[in-house]
Amino acid sequence: MQLTGAEILIECLLEQQVDTIFGYPGGAVLNIYDALAKYSDRITHYLPSHEQGAAHAADGYARSTGKVGVCVATSGPGACNLVTGIATAYMDSVPLIAITGNVPLSLLGKDSFQEVDIFGITMPITKHNFMVKNVEELAATVRKAFFIAQDGRPGPVLIDIPKDVTAQKAEYVRETPKPIGRHTKNITPEAIENAIRMLKKSERPLVYVGGGAVQADAGAELQEFVRIINAPVVSSLMGLGAYPGTDPYFCGLIGMHGTKTSNLSASKCDLLIAVGARFSDRVVSNPKRFAPNASILHIDIDPAEINKNIKTHGYIIGDVKIALQKLLEAMADEEFRDTSEWLQQVNEWRETYPLTYNGGGLQPQYIVERIYALTDGEALITTEVGQNQIWSAQYYKFSKPRTFISSGGLGTMGFGLGAAIGTQIGNPDKRVINIAGDGSFRMNCNELATAVEYELPIIIVILNNRALGMVKQWQDLFYDRRFSQSIVDRQTDFVKLAEAYGAVGFNLTRKEDVDEVLTQALAARQPVVINCEINPDEKVFPIIPPGGAIDDPIMGVNQ
Amino acid sequence: MKRYVISVLVDNHSGVLSRVAGLFSRRGYNIDSISVGETQDPTVSRMTIVAHVDDAILEQIIKQLDKLVDVLKVAVLPAETSVYRELVLIKVKAEDHTRATVSDIIKVFRAKIVDIAPKSMTVEITGDQPKIKALIDLLEPHGILEVVRAGLIGLHRGDQNILTQEDV
Ligand SMILES: Cc1ncc(C[n+]2csc(CCOP(=O)(O)OP(=O)(O)O)c2C)c(N)n1
Repeated sequence: MQLTGAEILIECLLEQQVDTIFGYPGGAVLNIYDALAKYSDRITHYLPSHEQGAAHAADGYARSTGKVGVCVATSGPGACNLVTGIATAYMDSVPLIAITGNVPLSLLGKDSFQEVDIFGITMPITKHNFMVKNVEELAATVRKAFFIAQDGRPGPVLIDIPKDVTAQKAEYVRETPKPIGRHTKNITPEAIENAIRMLKKSERPLVYVGGGAVQADAGAELQEFVRIINAPVVSSLMGLGAYPGTDPYFCGLIGMHGTKTSNLSASKCDLLIAVGARFSDRVVSNPKRFAPNASILHIDIDPAEINKNIKTHGYIIGDVKIALQKLLEAMADEEFRDTSEWLQQVNEWRETYPLTYNGGGLQPQYIVERIYALTDGEALITTEVGQNQIWSAQYYKFSKPRTFISSGGLGTMGFGLGAAIGTQIGNPDKRVINIAGDGSFRMNCNELATAVEYELPIIIVILNNRALGMVKQWQDLFYDRRFSQSIVDRQTDFVKLAEAYGAVGFNLTRKEDVDEVLTQALAARQPVVINCEINPDEKVFPIIPPGGAIDDPIMGVNQ
Repeated sequence: MKRYVISVLVDNHSGVLSRVAGLFSRRGYNIDSISVGETQDPTVSRMTIVAHVDDAILEQIIKQLDKLVDVLKVAVLPAETSVYRELVLIKVKAEDHTRATVSDIIKVFRAKIVDIAPKSMTVEITGDQPKIKALIDLLEPHGILEVVRAGLIGLHRGDQNILTQEDV
């Protein structure tokens, strides 16, 4: 059947079972929007306030559902506004398709109105990108883009389409998508045997979980594995939820804001088993002083991660879930060393160095704990970036994959609200809470209008310290309290702001009101903003000073 | 640090050169030269990249290249079992009283004179880099006006080729 490029694009989205997209119209995508209107019974389009919101929403949708997120923007400024969102998805390996219009073929390269080389701009922040100059190649390109976005280690793919290509006609024949297989060809018997050898030698094993375990849905395998080798478990920020936060083996975050237990365990273990984790600098801090006594066994889907940041002694390359299954099969006939002394040591650390907070006033950590309690740990939590993000990671015990939606690799302030919108749209039956800082919220609070428009019952909890808290904390600890540009005591009335957008606003100033306000917010069933006037001096602890070893953190203000 | 010659087969798409070059600059891998051209199959181009790096960086270069969707095959061409060649054009000062000496040097290197002007001549030389360096060193005292290098290229010796070489 002869269809226009715009129709072919949408047919190809339908082939991929896409029923939700986030985007913003403009000149170069007029044909696409014209066709979208025609297909509105099959694809729901969500219009944010800003293209960055569309990208973060598509990202949150993808992270929380495991499906591909799709966003659309017009050429030039529209495409540029996607850039932060695409980079955010890239750093956290999120499958995202970004579709941009561009000026017609004949105007390309002439500095035409709203022309920008988004193909060139996004090359280093996409897994791959395309410019489609021929309508005959459009369908194949879209199919390839979806495959690349999901295959192996996922990532964002951008498709740039000049306007006339969306108007030209071509023959379209429907195809079923190529199945996305789990990567297993490099999970060799030798790799498994070597892993077994390393495991059998170890008396002090430690499992370090990352975002790859979430992507691969390897939770069940992980738990079985941990129970056989009797190892404590630590997690990167991206790994939260892959392993139950309530499990007795779980020690919490590792790295810059890791628990002292996790970090001491990393320093004292004799075998570190990294599962879908990439030894980021936020975990490792100083590579020369990281896990100095350990052999490293690295299980990851991306061969380039092996030996990239940390030299490994053994590895299994492939889908983490299948790799663990194969390993478990091979482990069935093996005996492993008794680790009870090690576990006892770890438990002692856990008792000596629990996560604590004892500042006065309205404590942000307490608020997060109450959110956890009042949602029975079942909420989907998105965060902004800064202290709010780390308190959320530390005090909400994530127990299922895809429940903690946070910008780990790029650390994008302004991510959380857009992500919450996409998360709520992808999970209409779940409660979605965006835990925010006042600075981050202010960056993209325009998306409140979107949440109201689509009647999304998102709760935004602003941990308002009237500061760019994490920056202020660094200046406090490492820059002799020179608070350069980090105290932003703006006169914004967040309750009135919420109301102006058509949302509900609450002010929360006293610890004893936390439960009541949260309960009311949960009952409201519409977008709610809770402005929490927290103690402005509250800090995130533990914290590893720059260049320090991870087992030597600053534990609190009195240290 | 060692010199490695890396051969890469890539889809002949627009943008592939900047993708590869971008990868090297973004990740801070220094390259000595890069050369690209079509292969016997017009849909496939071959790049030859020369880099002075240590083993850990080489491993990363290969793996990161391998991740690019447009990259079909990456191989390191080992010095012992490969032929390396580079083409270089050199414009050197040559006036009446020096032309004969310069010509003699060029003859010894089996290089070719491709252009002669009253005050200079242009020399074409092909070979591996040590040979080219030796010629340049000898021409230097006469006054080199311009040098342009095509970048090193290479192939496996014998019946082996890039596709039969095992993945690293
Ligand atoms: C887009 C962006 N700009 C700047 C930063 C640097 N940065 C990291 S944390 C932070 C402060 C965040 O302040 P706020 O949102 O109020 O959160 P808090 O730390 O107070 O919880 C800043 C400015 C960033 N991560 N992202």
